[in-house]
Formats: sequence, C-alpha cells, structure tokens
Amino acid sequence: MLPAISSFALGILFGLGLSISQMTDPARVIGFLDIAGRWDPTLICVMGGALAATLPFFPWIQKRQKTLLGEPLRLPIQSRIDARLIIGAAIFGIGWGLAGLCPGPALANLASASPGIVLFVLAMIAGQWLALRLGSR
Amino acid sequence: MAEANLYGGLLGGLLIGLAATLLLLVNGRIAGISGILAGLITSKFTSEWFWRAAFVIGLVCGAAFHAWLRGAIPLQHQAGTSLLLLAGLLVGFGTRLGSGCTSGHGVCGLARRSPRSLAATATFIACGILTVYLMRHVF
Repeated sequence: MLPAISSFALGILFGLGLSISQMTDPARVIGFLDIAGRWDPTLICVMGGALAATLPFFPWIQKRQKTLLGEPLRLPIQSRIDARLIIGAAIFGIGWGLAGLCPGPALANLASASPGIVLFVLAMIAGQWLALRLGSR
Repeated sequence: MAEANLYGGLLGGLLIGLAATLLLLVNGRIAGISGILAGLITSKFTSEWFWRAAFVIGLVCGAAFHAWLRGAIPLQHQAGTSLLLLAGLLVGFGTRLGSGCTSGHGVCGLARRSPRSLAATATFIACGILTVYLMRHVF
C-alpha cells in the first residue's frame, strides 16, 4: 500500500513538473527539435532543471542497500550499447518528432481529454505491446 | 510558438527531477514513464501493478490540477489524426525496443551516468531533429 501512495504523490509532482514546464504542449517540443525554424530552448531548461535535481543525488541513493520503505533498489542491469538500443531510440525519436509527444507528456495530457491524445496513447500502448511480443525485456 | 518558457522550464524540470530522485529513494524505482507504462501491460494485479498505476494516475492528476489552477491546458497538436496514430505506434514500439524514453534514458539514465542512456538520448534527439527538419523544411 505504501509504495502505491508514494508513487501516486510522486506521479502528481512529475505531472506538475511537465505542466509547469509546458512540455505537455507538443508545440514546445517541436519548437525545440526545429533547429532550422524559430528554435525554442525551453526543453534545455527542463533537462537542466531535472538533471540538477537528480545528478548529485543518484550516486548517493544507488549506494544505499535499501529504499526508505526497506525494499531493495531495482536498477537497470544492462550496460551494452547494442543495435537494439540504438534502433529503438531512433524509432522513438522519429515518432517524437512527428507528433511532439513522448510517453510522459502523452499520459499527463489525458487530463485534457483531447481525442488526439487518447488516440496517441492507445497507439503507444499497442506499439509497446507489439515490441514486447516480438521479444520482451 | 510564443516566447521560450525559461523559468517555467527550469522550475518544471526541478520538480520532474525531484520526483525522479524521490521515486528512487522511496520506491527504489527508475522514473521512466515508458517502462512504468509497459509494466502495466506485463505485470499481473500485484503490488508491482499498483504502484505503476498509481504513478500514472498521479501524473494525470498533477496535469489536471495545474490545468484547473491555470484554467486551461496549452495543447497545440502538431499532427493530424493519422500522423498521431503512426507517431504513437513508433513511440511505443521504439521505447520498448530501446528500453526507455525521455525520462528513463534522458533524465534518470544520465543521472546514473549510464553510457547506454547517453547513447540512446543522443540518438532520439538527433532522430527527432531530423524528422522535424524533413517534415517542416523539406516535404
């Protein structure tokens, strides 16, 4: 029960962060990716802020044996840079550039009840399901 | 697009980072949204499923709360219906194949100093820039 309560609260914080930074607006994201147009540096500030609040603390947390709730940490174990990683990231990047939406903002935008967002999220889940079917990890 | 949202971006980024740091400290999990969502598809109705569902519901509630405060959600779609559908498929498929998205690789992975995440982040930003360039300035 406790992990669900804390993750709910942290989901709210994350959603507020996405909204305040306006990363939920595809126009902001496309504005950042459009380096040949009227370039919008907002996303750089978001990444900078997010890294300022994570970079100094992650190594310290990773050294801990347990979480504050007394469970073991679950960290990614893969370290190899392989074709699968790069091809996957490339496919994601193309989709990101087409709509200006990545998973976090897409889900947060469900709050807007925009039909386009609902469609995008359903397609995203279908894409995940397909990839998982083709060989899960 | 209006002027850059520099201070809002910085503040929002700090909140996103704080949420990611606390999720690792309290729950021991990486705040990678694509991974959290994928776990909802693969895991059964256990505690594993519930913390993920709680996070996603929280994400929507956070955005809804902000919209309620501000009276609107700035959401300017950049693609039509069929393009949104294609983009969603690519984003879902690619983030699973590549094991992460903007939050998992771009924020948490870089914070873990993972070369893998750095390679993924450089790749998806480069491909995003190239896609937008082709869509806006070539075709």
